[in-house]
Amino acid sequence: MLPEAAAWLIIGLPLLAGLICIGALRPWRRGLWPLAGYVGVAGTAGAFALSLAAVNGAMGQGDAGYEPHRWFAVGGRDGFAMTVGVLLDPLSAIMAAVVSGVSAVVQVFSLGYMKKESDAENGAWSDYPRYFAYMSLFTAAMLGLVLAYNLIQLFVFWELVGLFSYLLIGFWHHRPAAAAAAKKAFIVTRIGDFGFLLGILYLFLHRGEFAALGLNPFEIPAILEAAPMLGAGVATWAALGLFAGAAGKSAQFPLHTWLPDAMEGPTPVSSLIHAATMVAAGVFLVARLFGLFEQSAAAMDTVALIGGFTAVFAAAMGLAANDIKRVLAFSTVSQLGYMFLALGVGAPGVAMFHLFNHAFFKCLLFLSAGSVHHSVHTFDMRYMGGVRKWMPATYLAALVGGLSLAGIFPLSGFWSKDEILGAAWGGESAAAPVVFWLALAAAFMTAFYVFRLILMTFHGEFRGGVDAVPYEERIPDEAHHHVHRRESPLVMTLPMILLAVFAIGSGFAANSLVALGPIPAHWFSHFLHEDAPDFSIGVAGASTAVALAGAALAALAYGTRTISFDRFGAPWRFGGRLLAQRFYLDALYEDLIVRRVLHRGLFLASDWFDRRIVDGVADLAGWFGRNGGRAAAQLQTGQVQVYGAAVSMGAAVILIFYLLQR
Amino acid sequence: MLERLLIVSAVLFCIGLYGVLSRRHVIAILMSLEIMFNAVNVALVAFSRYAAPAALRFPGAAEDAERFALAGQTLALFVIVVAAAEVALGLALVIAIARRRDSINISDLNLLRR
Repeated sequence: MLPEAAAWLIIGLPLLAGLICIGALRPWRRGLWPLAGYVGVAGTAGAFALSLAAVNGAMGQGDAGYEPHRWFAVGGRDGFAMTVGVLLDPLSAIMAAVVSGVSAVVQVFSLGYMKKESDAENGAWSDYPRYFAYMSLFTAAMLGLVLAYNLIQLFVFWELVGLFSYLLIGFWHHRPAAAAAAKKAFIVTRIGDFGFLLGILYLFLHRGEFAALGLNPFEIPAILEAAPMLGAGVATWAALGLFAGAAGKSAQFPLHTWLPDAMEGPTPVSSLIHAATMVAAGVFLVARLFGLFEQSAAAMDTVALIGGFTAVFAAAMGLAANDIKRVLAFSTVSQLGYMFLALGVGAPGVAMFHLFNHAFFKCLLFLSAGSVHHSVHTFDMRYMGGVRKWMPATYLAALVGGLSLAGIFPLSGFWSKDEILGAAWGGESAAAPVVFWLALAAAFMTAFYVFRLILMTFHGEFRGGVDAVPYEERIPDEAHHHVHRRESPLVMTLPMILLAVFAIGSGFAANSLVALGPIPAHWFSHFLHEDAPDFSIGVAGASTAVALAGAALAALAYGTRTISFDRFGAPWRFGGRLLAQRFYLDALYEDLIVRRVLHRGLFLASDWFDRRIVDGVADLAGWFGRNGGRAAAQLQTGQVQVYGAAVSMGAAVILIFYLLQR
Repeated sequence: MLERLLIVSAVLFCIGLYGVLSRRHVIAILMSLEIMFNAVNVALVAFSRYAAPAALRFPGAAEDAERFALAGQTLALFVIVVAAAEVALGLALVIAIARRRDSINISDLNLLRR
């Protein structure tokens, strides 16, 4: 079993690497800047090695059972103690391994990707250490979140993840779009985090119930232990508050709008944010506190319905997007919806399994997109096509990732998606039948947009890349780049190949139906102490049929071009516009709510109130002081006799009063 | 008898006060001040004659107070001496002001305003 200090090092190593990059390399060692990449990779790889050891330990022992450390105490004997600690159980061990593993692979890819970016800007390497510092610190924050023992500790790392996502999305802060996207990501997730904080405080309000059991209302194991005693009402509100935070971080409807914009960061960043960190945090949070959610049917149904709706809703927007990264972003939102759906129908292990598989194939797809961009310098699929001719490795990687995402047998996506559908089919809650059909619809759309993406990018005739993009639509920094018809360097293709192996095998190997040599059957489910879901040939057949139908439709429309949607005329164009405008939700939020209601309404009213009422009162006080003083100053003639008269009068008045009193 | 003397004292005091507050000429104000001093003196002597407290009497003095309680009268003498000194000082000030400002009209002396 891993000693506790080593568990802390899982967080500490990437943290140290990040601090070295930004604290030592960036300010002083200009010549050593290119080393930053290796420092970052080393820190994260170290964390990955330790995480694997933790998984190994958890396989034998389950919960590592580290005692939390007392941080501070308030309120004397009847008060409570704040603790910090590492909660290392199978769930957090497997999550830490996925986070650090994917992060390490992405950082290796970044060695190549960011080198070119740095060389491209006339050898300006100053961004290079900054990039790896943010990546390492982002990973450290995410690992801290995963291993947190206590909700407050988790919340602190949760916000740190938000901070570093802000810094990474806005990495090219001189681009207005990137700065705006970073701000949007931060603010939208913060809205959810407000609910998260309320949820924590709500639990704290019920500390009396915890104290009666001798438990601390912030410690995660304590919450899970006390959950059955809390009653459904308390559990509902606490769970809904926590779910608001999860929905913000994991981009669930209606807080999904930040994720597609988050594409403005460097592509490996998108890949990391989308695969294992940040967006997975919400799913992880609900899985972590599943015992609390389980107590409330209302909370569970909310999670399931929001997840199911988001899965379809986001997939629909993915159908019409032309930016390759945006398609993948909508796909992430949709797949996260799947995971919440699984959580909502009572299958956290299945959700984690999908998260595990999704981390690999989504990361792979993003890296492929980055690799393609490396060659054609645009993300607009309308200007791609035929890229597979000079990028065979990237093409194969994208194909594996895409097939896995679409849930084609026997790739990893098939297994977890099938388990989710099976869980929804077998679910007993009121929402389960609804979300089953939503999930099936999403599976169809997923297959369609995946094949549309692959066909538009890699097949057909090449449509010119960046050279064909109108000048004003090009990415500002890359307006002068040209298409290079060559495969990406080995440092970029190697991580993709590695991830492709996982995307093929992770689903099959980790949770197979039968024992595979050393790996027992349903290893993943049993590892998380859950009953293995039943494999239903009917559900699997339905999902495969639906996926193949979606793929076939995409092939007819974008491959052979035997059908054209334009014949539907006005409704088709209207639908396309609706999807391209993302159901006008961004417009609703930004134009209506932010610009009109908040900016022109509330803020203007506050401004008026501040200027007129608050400032008015202050001004009035000043006016009184000044004019009252001026009036009083008129009495001061400087004539001693006047003063004398006033004193005499005063004395006389006092005297008269005195005499009358008697 | 005490009351009458006190009334005289009060009347004198008011006359003096009126003079201090109303005269424009500094010398006249000083003269009015003298009247106020003397009003006080009258009161002091009257109190010592008719209402001296037992503590101020000479030891062994009879209840007949006429011959005793010189403390008030002594105080009155002090007041006269101090008043004389004050007048000397006041007149010196008046001369200084007259030299400096060419006027001893009290209305012109409003330096307190600034």
